[in-house]
Amino acid sequence: MSSNARWTLICVLLAPAVVLPLLVGVYDRHDPELWGFPFFFWFQFLLIPVAAVLTTSAYVLARSGEKKGDRR
Amino acid sequence: MSGVAVGVFVFLFLLVTVMGFAASRWRRAASLDNLDEWGLGGRGFGTFIAWFLIGGDIYTAYTFIAVPATLYAGSAVGFFAVPYTIVVYPLIFLFLPRLWSVSHRHGYVTPADFVEGRYDSRPLALAIALTGILATMPYIALQLVGMQVVLEVIGIGTDSSNWFVKDLPLFLAFGVLAAYTYSSGLRAPALIAFVKDTLIYVVIIVAVIYLPGQFGGWGAIFDTVESSFASFNADNADAIAAGQATPRAIMPAEAAHWAYGSLALGSALALFMYPHSVTGVLSTRNRSVIRRNAALLPAYSFLLGLLALLGFVAIAAGVKVANPQQSVPQLFENEFPAWFAGVAFAAIVIGALVPAAIMSIAAANLWTRNIYRAYLNRDATHAEQARQAKLVSLLVKFGALVFVLALSKDFAINLQLLGGVWILQTLPAIVVGLYTRWLHRWAVFAGWAVGMAWGTWLAYGVASPVQAHFGGPLVNLPGTETKVYIAMLALALNLVVAVVLTPVLRAAGVDAGTDHTRPDDYTADLGDEGVVEELDPAAG
Repeated sequence: MSSNARWTLICVLLAPAVVLPLLVGVYDRHDPELWGFPFFFWFQFLLIPVAAVLTTSAYVLARSGEKKGDRR
Repeated sequence: MSGVAVGVFVFLFLLVTVMGFAASRWRRAASLDNLDEWGLGGRGFGTFIAWFLIGGDIYTAYTFIAVPATLYAGSAVGFFAVPYTIVVYPLIFLFLPRLWSVSHRHGYVTPADFVEGRYDSRPLALAIALTGILATMPYIALQLVGMQVVLEVIGIGTDSSNWFVKDLPLFLAFGVLAAYTYSSGLRAPALIAFVKDTLIYVVIIVAVIYLPGQFGGWGAIFDTVESSFASFNADNADAIAAGQATPRAIMPAEAAHWAYGSLALGSALALFMYPHSVTGVLSTRNRSVIRRNAALLPAYSFLLGLLALLGFVAIAAGVKVANPQQSVPQLFENEFPAWFAGVAFAAIVIGALVPAAIMSIAAANLWTRNIYRAYLNRDATHAEQARQAKLVSLLVKFGALVFVLALSKDFAINLQLLGGVWILQTLPAIVVGLYTRWLHRWAVFAGWAVGMAWGTWLAYGVASPVQAHFGGPLVNLPGTETKVYIAMLALALNLVVAVVLTPVLRAAGVDAGTDHTRPDDYTADLGDEGVVEELDPAAG
């Protein structure tokens, strides 16, 4: 993988973790509920592990690049 | 408050005090008489320690008190703390390894050191340093406010009307903190952070598993809160219509979407401009530690979200307090057995000590490197710098204490609000500077000045039902009725000024200065030339 392709992929992976939480209109609703939590709350809680998984994948990619001397 | 709770509280407090002093021997260095050791803990923290240290830095006691308080008071916008602590990690992942690399290669201790090296501009570095100190001071003061709230609920303290006697326990706690920060430097909060976070995790997990069951489960809690807010809104319909009261809701209204989003983004961008986060990040051993932590730190965000919801649990539990900040401590006092309430209170107070220590170290580093060494004593040796920083760390904490006790608490909260606006104005110099030297140094300076002035002026103009100025972080986007975070508006103008002035200054032939960094400095890692495990203080 070329350096640019790798870092584009990393940014694509990280983008949802930055953009999704800011689109309040997407999750500003009461239903469906989960275990009594309105959607507004459980969706934001769900975003946390999603963001962690995305960031971890980005880390793995960046790490494999670093081994080849590709750092940014 | 029972003797058991106070006993547990005092025991845990003494435990961290001993740890704080013992920390000077932990990962022992040849000497603590230089800033790399005292102010950055030897720059050798690995993933595990960094996770606790940076976590302790970001999720402060004040956060743990203030965020549930906003929900308790019916302002759903306060929940923005959760998206804010999600958005921040991808940004840390991208930006901070570059700052780490260039700082390590050049021995930079503060963000202002980097700015001076990059832009060859002492005035700009001074501006960045002063902004950092100014923004950090009220933040330390707020940690005290967090401690004070807990001490009030415990009932430690005397009834004397004299403010000094009344707050004697707070003085004691802060005196102890000041003493071990002085002797152990950044190692003290790093070691204490283990205890703090273990306690906080235990308390929150127990609270969210045990408490909802007491009040019929989460579904019932949300229902109770909604009906309580609905009856508040009905009872105060006239006042709300007249703008004298704020309607309560469990979710931000549609008009508040931009407010919620811009607060989350603005706070995330501001967070890693704060000197104390930079101090935490620069104390790590290599670049991978930072990126690995960006993936691991969201665990705290989950905790923060659950804690925030305890504000709703307090409503369902019928907690009635005049000061919403007391709602969660009061909930613990009412619902937990005495010994566990003691653990919970200790967790919050120790949670104030860790960030207060890191913040005072960060402010002391800024003073020493970018004011003392840059202007007052240009030939300061490493030992002189360390001595200066230690003294200033005492002074900064003392200042914060006087601030909270002698002046008003509201004043500290207003200034903290302004601190977020101010610190974000250093973003063009730092973040843009990590990628390009295209911006002219005086254009960056002008952008900073304009952003600071406009942001302060906007904040001054915000009235709330209880105060005429500095009433909140939001203003209307010019020309619309949409509320947005002041810091983001000021940052936008800041960037426009910097970008527009750059070609103008260049065309006018104004000297752009010499960049003392090289492109490969920004990607250097441990083991590369000039990036060694322990910096040799004698090499300078």
